[in-house]
Amino acid sequence: MKLSTNFVKDYIDIDVDLKTLAEDMTKAGNEYDSAEKFINATNLVVGEVMECEMHPDSDHLHVCKVNVGKETLQIVCGAPNVRKGLKVIVALPGAVLPGDFRIKAGVIRGIESNGMLCSIAELGLDSKFLKPEDKEGIHELPIETPVGEDPIKLMGMEDGVIDFELTANRGDLLSVLGMAYEIGAIYDKKVKEVELSHSESNENINNNFKVEVNTENCSIFLAKKVENVVIKESPEFIKNRLMASGIRPINNVVDISNYVMLELGQPLHYYDADTLNGMLEVRMANEGEKLTTLDDIERTLSTEDIVISDGNKAIGLAGVMGGLETEITENTKNIIIESAIFDSVKIRKTSKEILRSEASTRFEKGLDANRTYMAIERSCNLLEKYADAKIVGGLVKYDTTNLEDTKIDITFEKINKVLGLKIEKEDILYVFRKLGFTYEVENEVVHVSVPKRRIDIEIAEDLIEEVGRIYGVDNIEGRLPALPLKEGSYNKTIRNIRNKMIDLGLNETLSYILVNDKEAVKYSTDIFEAIKLLDPMTEERNTLRYSMIPSLVKIYEYNKARNQKDVSIFEIGKGFYKKDDKFGENTKLCVLMTGERNSGLNTKQVDFYDIKGITEEILDYLGYNGRYSFMIKNLLPKEFHPYQTAEINVNNDIVGIVGKLHPEVQKDNVYVLEINLDKLLEKKTGKMKYKEISKFPSVKKDLAVIVEKDVTSEEIAKQIKKLAGNLLIGSKIFDVYTGTGIAENKKSIAYSLEFGTQERTLTDEEINTILEKIIEGLEKQGAEIRK
Amino acid sequence: MKEQIEGIRKNATEEILNVKDAKELNDLKVKYLGKKGELTAVLRGMGGLSAEERPVIGSLVNVVRDELEKLIEEKENAFRTAEMEEKLAKEKIDITLPSNKIKRGSKHPLNRIIEEVEDLFVSMGYDVVDGPELETDEYCFERLNLPQGHPARDMQDSFYVTPEYLLRTQTSAVQAHVMMENEEKSPVRVICPGKVYRRDDDATHSHQFAQVEGLVIDKDISLADLKGTLEVFMKKMLGEKTQLRFRPSYFPFTEPSYEVDVTCFKCQRKRM
Repeated sequence: MKLSTNFVKDYIDIDVDLKTLAEDMTKAGNEYDSAEKFINATNLVVGEVMECEMHPDSDHLHVCKVNVGKETLQIVCGAPNVRKGLKVIVALPGAVLPGDFRIKAGVIRGIESNGMLCSIAELGLDSKFLKPEDKEGIHELPIETPVGEDPIKLMGMEDGVIDFELTANRGDLLSVLGMAYEIGAIYDKKVKEVELSHSESNENINNNFKVEVNTENCSIFLAKKVENVVIKESPEFIKNRLMASGIRPINNVVDISNYVMLELGQPLHYYDADTLNGMLEVRMANEGEKLTTLDDIERTLSTEDIVISDGNKAIGLAGVMGGLETEITENTKNIIIESAIFDSVKIRKTSKEILRSEASTRFEKGLDANRTYMAIERSCNLLEKYADAKIVGGLVKYDTTNLEDTKIDITFEKINKVLGLKIEKEDILYVFRKLGFTYEVENEVVHVSVPKRRIDIEIAEDLIEEVGRIYGVDNIEGRLPALPLKEGSYNKTIRNIRNKMIDLGLNETLSYILVNDKEAVKYSTDIFEAIKLLDPMTEERNTLRYSMIPSLVKIYEYNKARNQKDVSIFEIGKGFYKKDDKFGENTKLCVLMTGERNSGLNTKQVDFYDIKGITEEILDYLGYNGRYSFMIKNLLPKEFHPYQTAEINVNNDIVGIVGKLHPEVQKDNVYVLEINLDKLLEKKTGKMKYKEISKFPSVKKDLAVIVEKDVTSEEIAKQIKKLAGNLLIGSKIFDVYTGTGIAENKKSIAYSLEFGTQERTLTDEEINTILEKIIEGLEKQGAEIRK
Repeated sequence: MKEQIEGIRKNATEEILNVKDAKELNDLKVKYLGKKGELTAVLRGMGGLSAEERPVIGSLVNVVRDELEKLIEEKENAFRTAEMEEKLAKEKIDITLPSNKIKRGSKHPLNRIIEEVEDLFVSMGYDVVDGPELETDEYCFERLNLPQGHPARDMQDSFYVTPEYLLRTQTSAVQAHVMMENEEKSPVRVICPGKVYRRDDDATHSHQFAQVEGLVIDKDISLADLKGTLEVFMKKMLGEKTQLRFRPSYFPFTEPSYEVDVTCFKCQRKRM
């Protein structure tokens, strides 16, 4: 909301500068975006062109002698309309025009020039307010304009504009009058009466005009008739105030409707009465009904839109924009004024779908029906004065509203208790008086009457906020709540996992959960339905991720594109799914590793066993030591390398996947791990046990086993363990060999086996017996022992 | 005989001092001090000496032996040191070559901040709570006094996945969960940090960002307590010199409502 200070000063006497006013309003809860002069230019003066000759070195420049009062300046001017005798706006040397455009004395093509003759555009007026002539040449002031004076002042454009960013509840401040009440409450000033007086004819509009309201979405509808208007340009003050408020002046009648809306906050619509059939009807639109609005665009409506009809067809989109057919034109003589309130939710919906206007913005926030009446009167007052209108007596009226003040009871104690202040009773009452609320005090209770203009005030807490706002919350002294001491809690496990991953050398990322719909279904064979946004901003991010892998792959690709090839990252975040029509989300841990992990001369490229190591570290850390295995139980997602990927099985349930991405998905060697933490953390963990180091020495024996390539080391280890019994206390693979000496389809796995017991030292004989048993057992199953 | 011993002493000393390597030194050790060495031979020849001469010569031989042994040991040490030095010199490396680093990982800066916030509030007795990110309209809006068609919904243009479900636009959605679940109506002291999502994206806005929500429910709690708590919070996060200003504002789910301005490092007022 752009507030013209000239405008608001019609209703309140204040003498504060623009910035102070803006700051004081901010303290009361009304933030502003900017506070500037309407015409933000300095050192301007009215001049008269005394002489005007062609520049000797140019075919379009003129050399002018301009009388600016105290002196006559030589100024070179390029405008086509410059001529002798013209009254012009002169920017003197030293002037600063909008856009930090500084005027200096200088030489133009060899001729001295001491200033600039200005167009309206150069004064910073928004281009939508410019007339064609304003764009083509310098501004021509009326011939009687006195030389040497301030042209901005003479043009009535000396104004300050504060652009407020209002909160959603303060619809009342979308009017100059509402602003006046607010400013009045801050500075304790009385708001002046709105001038409504006008004369009326003896006719009565009700004799030949009627209104039908056929929807519950219109609470009040008033119609008034005025006749014989003279369409012309508006007086300067109306035009300037409209422009300062951001509205383009059109003609006196249209301008007055906008002026009253700005002033009172009540949007109005003026119809050309001669285009109507003696009636207006408010109803919901028919599905698919067409209407051409003022802006000459044909709109297709739905049953959710409120329309104004002439009895046959829609002629206006209620609360949003009027229709083209019934608009005020240069030939309009007689007018029907509509002042009404439409349902804010319906208007909001329509304006969101079709078009947002100054009117719809106000309806959306809600209005005071008292103003609906006042706007009719104010229109009549101004139309009589500035459009020579004859006002027809009577008012067509449909009204279901309640114009009474809102009554709220509150105690002094409650106000202070909530605010944490000790405001004196009299100071609280003073706030109510400043706000223009009336009250009665009965012991500790205040019965407050809030005028309907403050429709945002409904409950006692609203009043407390008003007291705090106007009294000043800066006065509140902060303190800590006197609550019982206790230790707070937080999710330690997630934080521990995060720290563990960092200890393992991984960098934490924070990625977007929204991914592309094609990516969202990748990297998993789980059965779920991807969740798509109804209204995505981009195709790139139109679906909620299920797996976090797409998010981390994106980060990897971003790094790779910037030549960062060593990426070791992790993230703990959410994955989303829809299953059996229900939405769900899981906390997941995702890791991506590629390139080199550590630095130095002897580093190596990350491989499957590195990321498997990370997986085991975290599982061991969480207490799953001995309870997990790596296997391929299900069909692997096709984005993974079929022979370098494993499912992670904890307590006989798959909780995640670890492996290499398929070369067709990622050309480089990229390894990923994903664990569903929600699923993992509900699995039973092992207990920590104390184990003493044996006092007796253990014995190590090496054993190399040659088996088919497909046999896993785990299978052999299990066999060895089974055959060896409990004297085998450790088994470690120290070499895997294929090549010379070993058949093509075979491999050799070398184990270092450790034997021992807590009770005694084992004899060679004992150990050899066990070894023989192992060898025999393995050979029986087709393994060969390498001697 | 005395002359003979002195002769050995002189020759041996000279030869030991001029010895070139460890092997030569060992040869000399055998030559003079070995079982068949020259000095040993002298001792053996002492049988022909008188009872007066024997102890004198004997002690002289011992003195010379000790002297030579000492000399040899010194020489041996010198050779060992030299040998070691030679060996070590061969192992010389370029100490400026790059080190083998086990890289440490890192915490995301946002999570570092969130953990800091959590730690502070946990120390003040708050529980950190969490809620769904894919939320119902009911919890995200309706229960927060933002019915359908409410103008304040504009501030939070949202990502809906069905007319009923959306990505939460604010952690305040968790407030409603906490209150609904608090069946015995006991006092509440929680914070809820988390990701929220809004349908706008430009140079200064990301569609996904983080919020921290705080909720205290108890008797005798006032704005002053809120202000004090925020003061502690802001000073911890932004420095002891930070100052706060409450500015009245509007949120449909709080009454009265305030925005908090804090002084920033440039000591300009800045919105939180």
